[in-house]
Amino acid sequence: MLDGEHGPAVQKAMDLLVRYGEALDAERLVDTNNVCATVGATTPFVRDFAAQHAGGMDAVFSEFSLDCADVVKIPKVKVYTSHLQQGIDPLNAQLQGVSAELVKIYRMGETYLGGLGVQLLNTCTPYQVGNVPVKGEHCAWMESSAVIYCNSVLGGRTNAEGRESAGAAMLTGKIPYWGYHLDENRLGTHLIELELEVKDTADWGLLGYYVGEMVQERIPVINGVRNVPNLARLKHFGAAASSSGGVEMYHVIGVTPEARNMKEAFGAGKPLATFRYGPAERKRAYEQVNSTGRDAHVDYVMLGCPHYSIEQIWEVCQLLEGQRIHADTSLWIFTPSTIKQIADRNGYTKIITDAGGHLMTDTCSAFGRVMPKGVQVAAVDSAKQAHYLPAIMGVQAWFGTTADCIQAAITGRWSGRLA
Amino acid sequence: MTKIVLHGRKVVGGAAEGEALVTTDRISGWGGIDPRTGTIIETRHELRGRSFKGRVLVFPGAKGSSGWSSQFHVARLSGVAPAAMLFNEMTTKIALGAVVTHAPAMTDFDQDPLQVIETGDWVRVDADQGIVEVTKK
Repeated sequence: MLDGEHGPAVQKAMDLLVRYGEALDAERLVDTNNVCATVGATTPFVRDFAAQHAGGMDAVFSEFSLDCADVVKIPKVKVYTSHLQQGIDPLNAQLQGVSAELVKIYRMGETYLGGLGVQLLNTCTPYQVGNVPVKGEHCAWMESSAVIYCNSVLGGRTNAEGRESAGAAMLTGKIPYWGYHLDENRLGTHLIELELEVKDTADWGLLGYYVGEMVQERIPVINGVRNVPNLARLKHFGAAASSSGGVEMYHVIGVTPEARNMKEAFGAGKPLATFRYGPAERKRAYEQVNSTGRDAHVDYVMLGCPHYSIEQIWEVCQLLEGQRIHADTSLWIFTPSTIKQIADRNGYTKIITDAGGHLMTDTCSAFGRVMPKGVQVAAVDSAKQAHYLPAIMGVQAWFGTTADCIQAAITGRWSGRLA
Repeated sequence: MTKIVLHGRKVVGGAAEGEALVTTDRISGWGGIDPRTGTIIETRHELRGRSFKGRVLVFPGAKGSSGWSSQFHVARLSGVAPAAMLFNEMTTKIALGAVVTHAPAMTDFDQDPLQVIETGDWVRVDADQGIVEVTKK
């Protein structure tokens, strides 16, 4: 492929993979048939680049997905590729304050990518909408919350790839054989002993926030789980651990596929350190996640980071049905478009709209920088969103349970506290 | 003038020199830098408000989102990339980020650059030869 016999784009892709592999000191590349990437042109810099450049979307792909200044004609993708979240929800552009011009660029990108054979899942949670790697499958995924879910819960194997390496992988079906692709790099390094029962989704988010802070980019092993956590709980746990730290893989003893017991999780090695997670640690994590929250008046409730599952939408609807949200408060819930279709059928979208809220797709407030106008205080049930939203959008953020957030949407005031 | 020489492994080839900008904090790409100005923006970062444009950036490694490389990619296109990057912890984020920044980069040193190099020192990086020459300020 490097000699150009498969065309210039594949040659440039291979050139990038070789430079990247040498930088890592990887011994070789490995075959992959599962790439998750962002390719769109909706962020401001890429948007301007696309507008000024005669090469159009091929020029955007060449520069931003292949690190190649020459415009090369991009062929159809070689391997199964899914698109991650986007910068806007085209069906809620007006509410999100997005211009018609930007929607046009979005649609242009969509047509281009669809034509290349990129699956337009448009979500940070591809594993919720059918892209579910099997144990041992070599993947090339971006998006830290998806990477950690793939490695830890599914037993798929991926490093945190970037836009350029994922772009090269989709045209070649190759990625450096390094890091989490190798058995020996998947073993636990730190032990977390639970001294309390971790209950709801928010509670799992708090635990994740604590663990990320403690182990940074290493591999934590959680011991002492009393009830098997569901998809949403592990999704929120991983998203939090990859925000406060750089965790890309974890084990839960007796739950995740490479940790039936301690021996399997740690291999021949011993934990570098052991941490106990009890009421004091939980309280400290809660205070850290809530460090920007000051004003009780809440003008925005954002749910769906990472994108909500249908189960979470159902839970929200049980809390929201027949209620009306406060006149000064907006409620936006984000989910993959495929899950929204089910919510439409189930009447959940109507329950949310009747209450005055909105069910949106494709993006979120931190990634797309889209929020209702004039928001100063937001409420979220995601530790990841509480971590990023204040830094990116300059707002205060309260973190609590989903019920705390719905209560805030209805009353316009924050009354959450650690139960 | 004191001169110190470090030996390390090439991550991205080439040679460059400039004034050092040193931090013991890991650097976030997405949400951590403003790629149009080359400024660190992360709330609690010790270099918050400082620009790495044209500097030899010395740091432990990368953290945060998988958007790391694309942020440094944009910094390069905006003309505000560092002159060179020296770091200790290898990850996919920093490897790819260094590659698309197109500046000389090195790791795996015989002495810890965070101990040897201080902000303001003059640093010459020859990544192809695996040599870093530090002239103390």
